[in-house]
Amino acid sequence: MKVTIDGHTIDVEPGTTILQAARKIGGDIVPPAMCYHSLIENTGGNCRVCMVKVAQGSERDPRPMPKLVPSCKTEVQDGMVVENISNPNVLEARKNVVELLLINHPLDCPVCDQAGECELQNLSFKHGVEMTFFEEDKRVFEMTSLGDKIKLHMNRCIVCFRCVKLVDQISPERQHGLLYRGDRAEISSYIQKAVDSEWSGNIIDVCPVGALTDKTFRFKSRVWFLKPMEAHRDCDTCSGNALVWMFGNEIYRVTMRNAPYGEHEELICNTCRFEKKNVSDWEIIGPREYPKFSVINQNNYVTPPKKVVINADKRLL
Amino acid sequence: METKQEYQITDKMMEQINTYIAKYPDGRKRSAILSILHLVQDTFGWLSVEAMDQVAAILDIEPIKVYEVATFYTMFNLKPVGKYKLEFCLTSCCGLRGADDMYEYTLKKLGIQTGETTSDGLFTVAATECLGACGYAPMLRLDDKYIEHLTPESIDELIDSLRKASE
Amino acid sequence: MGRKIILKHDGTPNLKDYEVYRKLGGYRAVEKALKIMSPADVMEQVKISGLRGRGGAGFPTALKWSFLAHPEGKPIYLLCNADESEPGTFKDRYLMQYNPHFLIDGMICSAYAIGAHTSYIYVRGEYKFIIRILEKAIQEAYANGWLGKNILGSGYDLDIYVHSGAGAYICGEETALIESLEGKKGHPRMKPPFPAIAGLYGCPTVVNNVESLAVVSWIIQNGGEEYAKIGVGRSTGTKLISASGNIKNPGVYEIELGLSVNEFLYSDEYCGGMQFQGRDLKAVVAGGSSVPVLPKNLILKTVAGEDRLMTYESLSEGGFETGTMLGSGGFIVYDEAQCMVRNTWNFSRFYHDESCGQCSPCREGTGWLEKVLYRLEHGEGNERDIDQLVAITKKIEGNTICPFGDAASWPVASAVRHFRHEFEYHVKYREKVKNRKHFETEPMRLFMSEFLKVEA
Repeated sequence: MKVTIDGHTIDVEPGTTILQAARKIGGDIVPPAMCYHSLIENTGGNCRVCMVKVAQGSERDPRPMPKLVPSCKTEVQDGMVVENISNPNVLEARKNVVELLLINHPLDCPVCDQAGECELQNLSFKHGVEMTFFEEDKRVFEMTSLGDKIKLHMNRCIVCFRCVKLVDQISPERQHGLLYRGDRAEISSYIQKAVDSEWSGNIIDVCPVGALTDKTFRFKSRVWFLKPMEAHRDCDTCSGNALVWMFGNEIYRVTMRNAPYGEHEELICNTCRFEKKNVSDWEIIGPREYPKFSVINQNNYVTPPKKVVINADKRLL
Repeated sequence: METKQEYQITDKMMEQINTYIAKYPDGRKRSAILSILHLVQDTFGWLSVEAMDQVAAILDIEPIKVYEVATFYTMFNLKPVGKYKLEFCLTSCCGLRGADDMYEYTLKKLGIQTGETTSDGLFTVAATECLGACGYAPMLRLDDKYIEHLTPESIDELIDSLRKASE
Repeated sequence: MGRKIILKHDGTPNLKDYEVYRKLGGYRAVEKALKIMSPADVMEQVKISGLRGRGGAGFPTALKWSFLAHPEGKPIYLLCNADESEPGTFKDRYLMQYNPHFLIDGMICSAYAIGAHTSYIYVRGEYKFIIRILEKAIQEAYANGWLGKNILGSGYDLDIYVHSGAGAYICGEETALIESLEGKKGHPRMKPPFPAIAGLYGCPTVVNNVESLAVVSWIIQNGGEEYAKIGVGRSTGTKLISASGNIKNPGVYEIELGLSVNEFLYSDEYCGGMQFQGRDLKAVVAGGSSVPVLPKNLILKTVAGEDRLMTYESLSEGGFETGTMLGSGGFIVYDEAQCMVRNTWNFSRFYHDESCGQCSPCREGTGWLEKVLYRLEHGEGNERDIDQLVAITKKIEGNTICPFGDAASWPVASAVRHFRHEFEYHVKYREKVKNRKHFETEPMRLFMSEFLKVEA
């Protein structure tokens, strides 16, 4: 099937979504996604930041779709023409949605452990507005825990459903969910129960914001001071392929291996994540590549400093 | 887990629950959840965690799924309420015909604030959104009854009669 | 005097009893359909009648039925949407309360037409008294052989059950209704797939409003052409209108589509004019809280100067700039003592309370709208808030999973469009509006005339 996104045409399998097709093309035309995660079934459609315009439905039925559609949930048709960054309305709508996502967000990045690897930070940096007229009180929730390893900071949550759907997928019994409705909706176990599964720690990684954080790592270090290293250990439960985050010779935390677009390669078990924090537990393979323009990468200069030219007029380095 | 006696779902309730489940196709008994929760609430007055856990066991689903449903729908009481819960509709159409006045009158009469219960445990007064009685406003809902065309006098009468009935 | 179809026997004592209903000619449509008509014939008659969905969207009923998929081995479900929760709408309640057999009558014909053998009536949880009435009526229908196996010896089976909701406006959206019926939270589904392809339990499903299903029995009995004769243009037949607010006779009325708004509002047969003498009409919400509100001059006449009629087309004439919609037929009337800011805040509070929270624009935006409107109404607003309100509605509209986001935006956008001076008044005279009944003591009209004199 042929689909054209912002003028780039690509051939894809039937059943591919617009977002997947765009990621195949790559570059700036890829819509951002906060709730869709390819490792988790049925995710997507909730955050509304990946909305695009379908200017031509298909070869057979060339009518445009009347409304913007979520690219993560919309399958391509043969001959479909999609406008993402080439359509000002799409960019405008995206800006609006990002603003709405932020109005109730506490913006407590300076004390948030997710800062530096937060998808909401990246999203608002790239697609957001500089200011908002929102001047009301933000909604506030009590801080709680989902067990002794996972901290739940509901104020930061953007209700992406990733953690709920991930647990649905990996565990026969889900203990936490989205309670209440509207902007009072909260992720909770209702009865202060722990999320009890050998894989539960993965919800920390898939959380795009700092709503779910690792209690064994909280306030230990900012993520950009750490070096992400590919590591492996022989584990009975999971593949043992993980990332260890090191400062000197110490392992500060263990996470899933990252994949492009804020996603991850494969799940790891709680033992690897929370209990194996000695270098001797792991076989360290080497430094992990992170996108060049990520906060994580900010200390890893690829160009020697002497080549830097200061362009004072444009205030650019 | 030992279930507290006071929230135990009885065999008689089970009979009723089975008729609810029978309405839906095989393997779809989860559909009966709202009816069952209504029954549980009508029996115990509110939805305790113990009661909801039993509902989850009956329907073979995780307790969290029952909590999710119970917190989503506004008709369910997640805390104990008074014997009589007076729910006033305050949405526009009722508001046009003096619902706010009736609501405030009732609160003042009973000496309580929104959502509170009187100290004798008889009355809870709550505000709610449109109940579909716009043409007969102002109105309140008391369990399964709609009491419409409210006036201060009719509220006095209602409260007196309920007090008497519970003596 | 307009023709009455649904309320033909309104006022007959004990109409909700089977015997009474049957004596008045009830269930003859079922006899006719099952004995001498094929399902395709029934569908054809509904198509000829031009019947449009009475729940709000006005989508042609027969066309909706024609989208149904017929996969091998999967049942088809007919769901009756009685989760009537739109502020200003209480017509379905009236129909079910006083004439439940009429609904069952129409549902049997409709289910027969689409080939459904199981049907659920999703009634909002607060209508517990209606649920009892419906359950009794269904029992009577079973007892008299209108439901169950092999109805009238035709070989056609149908079961109808009543399903109770539990307090959620969003469950009136058809996919949320299906989710709720499956025992989940009422989160609308993403479309496609549409319910006609994969609805309840993944099977093809039709969801229709109470009124739409009920009139099918009349259409079968009298023919689609007869129904199409009533009304104007593409707005055929009659419609139940729930009239409420500051009018003399609030209640449910059946009108022939095409009646003028003026006549509906002022004739004694219907609303009977304003509630209080000396208080003029200020505004009308013509189709339930979600549709744009219109001021007096625009609701009685279109911009072109023509009489506004109670039809889908006439009410929407002028688009969103100067028109509105027939919607679900919730006709709310405001006199000049009412404050449009207060009313808009009230609607926003409703939408804030009822948002399901599934997608971000609606979840966050409805709360924002309510907070701004609350400040304005309570004397804490500022000049910028007014434009901000319009900006927020633009952020929500069209970006959500279901039409709820649009429904929450339109009342606010239209109120600012048509009643901007009232919003400005609230910013300018913050102390005055702290009194809840500010326009009762000094209606905007009086204030404006004083104000203009001073200006001059």
